[in-house]
Amino acid sequence: MRNVAGDGWLLEVRNVCKAFPGVVALDDVSVRLGRGTVHALSGENGAGKSTLMKIVAGVYAPDAGELLLNGRDLRLRSPRDALNCGIAMIHQELNLMPCMSVAENIWIRREPINALGLISHRELKRRTRALLERLRIDIDPEAEVRTLPVAARQMVEIARALSYESQLLIMDEPTSALCERDAEHLFAIIRELKGQGKGILYITHRLEELFEIADELSVLRDGRYVGGGTPATLTREAIVRMMVGRELPPAAPVGEARRGAVLLAARHLTLERHFRDVSFELHAGEILGIAGLVGSGRTRLAEALFGLTRASSGRLSIGDREVKLDSPQSAISHGLAFVTEDRKESGCFLTLSVLENLEISVLHGDFVRCGFVRTRAVSEACTAMCALLRVKTPDLHEPIGNLSGGNQQKVLIGRCLLTRPKILILDEPTRGVDVAAKAEIHQLISRLVGEGTAVLLISSELPEILGMSDRIMVMREGRVTGILERAEADQVKIMDLAAA
Amino acid sequence: MASTRTGAGGRPRRFPPEASILMVLIGLALAFELLGWIFVGQSFLLNEQRLVVMILQVSVIGIIAVGVTQVIITGGIDLSSGSVVALTAMVAASLAQSSDAARAVYPSLTDMPVLVPVLAGLAGGAAAGLLNGTLIAGTSIPPFIATLGVMVTARGLAKWYTHGEPVSMLTDRYADIGGGALPVMIFLATALIFHIALRYTRYGKLTYAIGANPQAARVAGIPVARHLIAVYTIAGTLSGLAGIVTSARAVSGQAGMGTMYELDAIAAAVIGGASLAGGVGRITGTVIGTMILGVVTSGFTFLRIDAYYQEIVKGAIIVVAVIADQYRQRA
Repeated sequence: MRNVAGDGWLLEVRNVCKAFPGVVALDDVSVRLGRGTVHALSGENGAGKSTLMKIVAGVYAPDAGELLLNGRDLRLRSPRDALNCGIAMIHQELNLMPCMSVAENIWIRREPINALGLISHRELKRRTRALLERLRIDIDPEAEVRTLPVAARQMVEIARALSYESQLLIMDEPTSALCERDAEHLFAIIRELKGQGKGILYITHRLEELFEIADELSVLRDGRYVGGGTPATLTREAIVRMMVGRELPPAAPVGEARRGAVLLAARHLTLERHFRDVSFELHAGEILGIAGLVGSGRTRLAEALFGLTRASSGRLSIGDREVKLDSPQSAISHGLAFVTEDRKESGCFLTLSVLENLEISVLHGDFVRCGFVRTRAVSEACTAMCALLRVKTPDLHEPIGNLSGGNQQKVLIGRCLLTRPKILILDEPTRGVDVAAKAEIHQLISRLVGEGTAVLLISSELPEILGMSDRIMVMREGRVTGILERAEADQVKIMDLAAA
Repeated sequence: MASTRTGAGGRPRRFPPEASILMVLIGLALAFELLGWIFVGQSFLLNEQRLVVMILQVSVIGIIAVGVTQVIITGGIDLSSGSVVALTAMVAASLAQSSDAARAVYPSLTDMPVLVPVLAGLAGGAAAGLLNGTLIAGTSIPPFIATLGVMVTARGLAKWYTHGEPVSMLTDRYADIGGGALPVMIFLATALIFHIALRYTRYGKLTYAIGANPQAARVAGIPVARHLIAVYTIAGTLSGLAGIVTSARAVSGQAGMGTMYELDAIAAAVIGGASLAGGVGRITGTVIGTMILGVVTSGFTFLRIDAYYQEIVKGAIIVVAVIADQYRQRA
């Protein structure tokens, strides 16, 4: 293995164990990271990757085993300790303060001070500008973080980690909120950091990324190291087998388009500043993929279709009737269902149980009598839905927060399916979901489509869009730049239409 | 909302979340029992009359707390309850005066059937709650500010109503509402009704969902604004009920009634496990929280400790109870 500086490892994790009440999160795991290399960690949700990262970042202390940084014993008492030792972590959930500026976020508790002992805003701005320029990130240092799109926030988070001049960077699924182009930008930054001799621990679910930037790979499963090596010497299938521990179900069947009647038709839909003049038709039994960069207006369009925001002009018809959808309730009553891109923000009720998360959209009609919920009928329907979607949960009363991301996502899809939708809008349905759950979700979508459901699939992952869709609508800056048939679509064509 | 703890063999076992707070209640009662034998020479608990008085004293707080708990579950807060108690006490009392009253507020409306002041009190509370709910759901003012405004306004209205004069000489039928153990019955019945409503009805499910994640609630097709208005209106109505009980117990209506009741009610809900972050809280917990406040008040009186110390210790107990509860949930 390459080791640029030559003398020993940057980081050695030796035989680390960590248990939480009821679960062994890490069992005798060892990982080594050389200077100027990227070491990727992969595995299903719950495999122990994040725990390992958090131990290296000083969030948790290991129960057993040791850490060595530059060959010297490393004992971390807090994340701050880790930062002082040159270890910075970029968390999967963004940890920025929304109402502060980019500059303030990056230099928090290290603000430059002027002669009066007060914060020097001029110097703060200058430093930030220099840092962002060095990373070729085009963001205004004085912009408030809450006004930035997710991808830009991710870049700010990365800039902050780099501002510590760390020797070791930990990245926990940094591309999960990024589109293809921003991800490329991130990879360019990573390559530059490698050139400077920094070491990077990198968690990802996306196999494509392993081959693109990782020098070394370790796969964890159920808290144990199950294998690894140089990605170049491994096949995709071998990695997946290590991660899952079994063969995956075959990829979603690519049946011929069973296109039926038009279920949903949009004519010249416009929402000022978000999208303009969007027209398309969605047929029963087809998947219409929507591709585009982050900020292309895809999510806003989906929200407008579902009645969450109101389009300022244009017409929408469902079946052969023109409709005005001014609330999600009316959308649901017209047979629409929507799975949002942000599970935590607008999907899950984290303090509530799996059952309470599933049932919430169907508390009317047959399931309620005189205001009282018919508990038995509801829990039977929810149990059946969990079985259908293969949700892994001890029982229906488990708080949904204890489930893995993939299982939470299945519950949210289940919530939609209980309303028996004719039109299903899925916004990034497999973001942050492990390979096995992803394959299951894809299979499920295919089955629904086979039964005549119309699906609108928004995804930033081109392989997903290409693999699933019957037709692909590409958006750029709020406009539809093209609708491609499956046969004629490929990554290059889509990126041509999506990028300015 | 059931807390999960890992039992032997790694299987999660569930305890009702009220268990720990019930232990606090029992612990406090036993502590007073012990101190009673040592310092006063008699039993604290084995005194039926004391127990009745104890619950009687907190039943008004309890009635309010049942409403406030629901508001807190939605992620909101209601600061107006105490002032609404005063306003509704005034309005109800003014319609419950007997013909013996020398200067009745409405000389032509004396000796009315008891239903009239009761309905007027409930309607006044409902109106205040409706205003809270409409302000919160219809504008983007935070519940703290909206209900703070209504709190100040309602107190002002209560004073303006008779220009500060107390309303007295109420009918016996009206005074009966506050007599005997009836306030305790009203409190427990209210608690039971809303315990059932929160656990088994659509109303309850939506209340928890909105508190757990208002954005997700909207996406899931819940009429969030309408439901919030309903919850605040119910809380206001219960404050009105508390105002009726208060004025009936005192056999008068006074503009200073109910001062700081909103904070006691919030304390009862929070001691009982409701989370100000929303989505968490149970009526059973609130009832226990109310009892804890009652035990502390009557325990100190029983030990003949100054009222100043009572407040100092009550404040500490509220904080300690919540800290203890959080530790338990993390463990």
